[in-house]
Amino acid sequence: MRYIEPHAHMVSRVTDDYERMALAGCEAVCEPAFWAGFDRSSAAGFFDYFCQLTEHEPKRAAKFGLKHFCWLCINSKEAEEVKLAEEVIALVPQFLDRPNVLGIGEIGLNKNSRNELRVFELQVELAAKYNQLILVHTPHLEDKLKGTRLILDALKSDRRIRPERVVIDHVEEHTVEMVLDAGMWAGMTLYPETKCTPARAVDILETYGRERLWLNSACDWGVSDPLAVPKTALEMKRRGHLAAAIEKVVYGNPKKFLSQSVNFKV
Amino acid sequence: MTRQQVLDLYFLDARHKLVEIAAFLDRVERATGPDDFRLKAFRATLAKLQGRKRNKARTVLLAFSDPTTKPIAQAPGKGACGAWPGKK
Repeated sequence: MRYIEPHAHMVSRVTDDYERMALAGCEAVCEPAFWAGFDRSSAAGFFDYFCQLTEHEPKRAAKFGLKHFCWLCINSKEAEEVKLAEEVIALVPQFLDRPNVLGIGEIGLNKNSRNELRVFELQVELAAKYNQLILVHTPHLEDKLKGTRLILDALKSDRRIRPERVVIDHVEEHTVEMVLDAGMWAGMTLYPETKCTPARAVDILETYGRERLWLNSACDWGVSDPLAVPKTALEMKRRGHLAAAIEKVVYGNPKKFLSQSVNFKV
Repeated sequence: MTRQQVLDLYFLDARHKLVEIAAFLDRVERATGPDDFRLKAFRATLAKLQGRKRNKARTVLLAFSDPTTKPIAQAPGKGACGAWPGKK
């Protein structure tokens, strides 16, 4: 079975994970810019990170026949300091024409603060100005519902943003419907303890259908599983889903969305 | 899937998780000192699982969620604890 991993933080993973993903059928991995687990002290740290995502990480992936793509931004966990965020946002345009860049992401909210929302809006502006796809992180746990609503309100109020070019990630049962109703794509993140389990993700697919939905592991430095997508494909198979239906979710859907970027080719 | 197929696939897993919840509540009861809003939210949400109404997962997630709609003045930190403490 072939699949695309549309959200993985490979800079935090060991090389063995690339090999395991390739053996499991992964053809491409997409890496949004995110929080490293600690705050960077200057924009220069982000410049180095963007170089890592656009120069170094594709080479690591290529050793296992995997294509590597990335998204660029300042993440919401480091967005409380607006001045730093503005400096980082100013760095992004010089990277946008690099061959593995898919768009702006993962932007979004974390604790739903005014500054986070301000920085989110600045990055939506950036995406609109440069006609980039958008990948959105929604908050964790008790903050997800409110944050998803604030994010959708901000995106819907900007008439330049076409909903079919936006994916709202980390949806769960209480947020998936509002995202799909807004005409945007929805990503289900498969985590052992938070977000979706494979069984719940398949429940959501059975409830809402297979259009504009994708699966991702969002594997990073925390508790996560880089093989979560193929494991969920197995969960679909256990429930009797046909091979074509499984391939649509784990390969066809991410390919359809990501192919809106001229850089995405598998 | 039929109900029998769902039970065959998932009953033992769900039973295991139910026992874990029961053991967690026993552990909390054995412990000393005050509890907080998380346990109150947990108990209140457990009560919502009774009956045959659908969308129970959604109901549980909504019960733990911040229902307010305005951005907060400043992020108090980065983490989330899993339950909304209510207005402070």
